[in-house]
Amino acid sequence: MKTGERSKATSLERRLVKAIGTGLPLVPEPYAEVAAALDTDEATVIATLEAMLARGAIRRIGAVPNHYALGYQANGMAVFDVDDDAVAELGPVIGAFDFVSHCYRRPRNPPFWPYNLFAMVHARTRPAVETKVRQIRSRLGSACRGDTILYSRRILKKTGLRLAR
Amino acid sequence: MDATDRRIVAGLQGGFPLCPRPYAEAARALGLDEDELIRRLARLVETGVLSRFGPLFNVEAMGGTYILAAMAVPEDAFDRVTELVNAHVEVAHNYEREHLLNMWFVVAAETPERAEAVLAEIAAETGIEVLSMPKLEEYFVGLRLQP
Repeated sequence: MKTGERSKATSLERRLVKAIGTGLPLVPEPYAEVAAALDTDEATVIATLEAMLARGAIRRIGAVPNHYALGYQANGMAVFDVDDDAVAELGPVIGAFDFVSHCYRRPRNPPFWPYNLFAMVHARTRPAVETKVRQIRSRLGSACRGDTILYSRRILKKTGLRLAR
Repeated sequence: MDATDRRIVAGLQGGFPLCPRPYAEAARALGLDEDELIRRLARLVETGVLSRFGPLFNVEAMGGTYILAAMAVPEDAFDRVTELVNAHVEVAHNYEREHLLNMWFVVAAETPERAEAVLAEIAAETGIEVLSMPKLEEYFVGLRLQP
């Protein structure tokens, strides 16, 4: 999956992002409440959200868990230095492990930062994270020259999407 | 958090209905009533078990950009730098991590130029180099947490 395919948000979509990017109203008729605030009607809000879901502008609608609060206290950002020739083939394989929540290729910043493959690994303990990262490492085999795990110490900020303008 | 809360968190990570009474419909599938589901969700958000309840927007599908950035922040400047970074409305998440690069944050902006400008502003305000690590390719994004 490339990250391309851009299509500009419509004005109602932008206003929806502003209105509910940090959460949906917890009331029996949330879409009607949002519609009233945006000076439109419920059916329009629902149709717009459906269209945004269909084209991927909304990934999902539901509970956004705080993994710390769920006991996933060991949140490791595992990073690997993988051959440029092999990373496109190996990335999706690593992303398919069920303990990986995000998997991306990113630029290296040598010599300080040699890593180009990032995988977020969640577990309840650090030894459990390390076992999982060893599985990734073994799957990468000789295409991987080095790896490390950056554990998070605390969340400094986590908000939903808020547009500046 | 009791067994019912766990069922809510596990069962409602996506697929929330788009209909006039979505909580009532979601509640039925969980064997609850509308009031109880709303009350429990409000408590899960209040107590921080959920960061929020609602849509997860994908800025990129709306023409926007995310950039992951990292900084090596000296221990004695950490609180001050955290404040400066978090003050930017475009900074969506910020994590302290155990590494020489100890601050990792995500900037969400409507254009790549705006996102880069935010990184430049942060570097200027803090006097610390900001490493920009935009994603070059996405292999998987999902959530498979079992409460």
